[in-house]
Amino acid sequence: MNNNEPNGPGVRSWPLWEVFVRARRGLAHQHVGSLHAPDAAMALRNARDVYTRRGEGVSIWVVPSAAIVASSPDEKDSFFDPAADKVYRHPTFYDVPEGAKHL
Amino acid sequence: MTGARTLEPLAAYALALGDDALILAQRLGEWVARAPQIEEDVALANIALDLLGQARTLLAYAGQVEGAGRGEDDLAYLRDDRDFRNVQLVEIPNGDFAVTMARLLVFSAYQYELYTALQDSGDPALAGLAGKAVKEVAYHRDHATQWVLRLGDGTEESHARMQAGLDQIWPYTEELFDPASDLPDVGVDPATLRPAWAGYVTAVLTEATCRQPEPAWRSRGGRDGLHTEHLGHLLAEMQHLHRSHPGATW
Repeated sequence: MNNNEPNGPGVRSWPLWEVFVRARRGLAHQHVGSLHAPDAAMALRNARDVYTRRGEGVSIWVVPSAAIVASSPDEKDSFFDPAADKVYRHPTFYDVPEGAKHL
Repeated sequence: MTGARTLEPLAAYALALGDDALILAQRLGEWVARAPQIEEDVALANIALDLLGQARTLLAYAGQVEGAGRGEDDLAYLRDDRDFRNVQLVEIPNGDFAVTMARLLVFSAYQYELYTALQDSGDPALAGLAGKAVKEVAYHRDHATQWVLRLGDGTEESHARMQAGLDQIWPYTEELFDPASDLPDVGVDPATLRPAWAGYVTAVLTEATCRQPEPAWRSRGGRDGLHTEHLGHLLAEMQHLHRSHPGATW
């Protein structure tokens, strides 16, 4: 069984796509999930049906899941832990002026 | 209860368009949980629900024009097959996926031209419905087009099935353009829709490397209440809950 036949020999499945939806103008596209589709045009149409049925979006991106390069869980420590003790990266050293509200 | 045969032209017209949408919605709903992928389940259910929405508006309007106190549910659930005015194209069984897509292509291409023209109707209710529905059927037409192109211009197997699907439904297409014998003056003469319909469908078939069938026979009579044996079975499934439990809601 090869990677194109995850459902068994001779049973080919459609490739997986990641879906990004922009809720309204001015916002960034947000990852909302994934789906199967035979090609990019159908992926866009499937995304419209699966993820924007209730007026959730004004724009959709679809990206082949295989094109996503992800950080590895094994590298979590070296990737993210060094940031933990760099308190000076957080804006916590400013005096808040009297009367400034909503901070 | 009086049959649809006695309806005045505007009510009969709204009923005919509404029955087309209602019956195809029921057929497409049969695909749920049976489509090739869950994504296609959702797509076909969405299209079915769009059509059901159009049917509800049209049946409610037909009942209102009729003025005999029949609502959308009465018209959908309490008429027998001889009182349904849909074309036979929408009632024939789904067949395989290619048959379903062949039917959706020719029907949504017809509906697209119909609703485009109906937006200019002198009847505000029909014009309003058409303005909303034309955007929905543009998507249905696109969905069917995408699949006909992929199946027709796909593998040897998919091409053969697509062509067989077209051959199977083509005898039923002519009926879409039959003049409605009781066309109200605010309706659209379906014969005028044919050139634009044929232009669109022919272009899709050509790109899909499919041949336009030339059937030796054509269906007739849906608008007069003459139906295939399949409609009765469809209605039995669609109507039995309402008939067994009148007024049931959840």
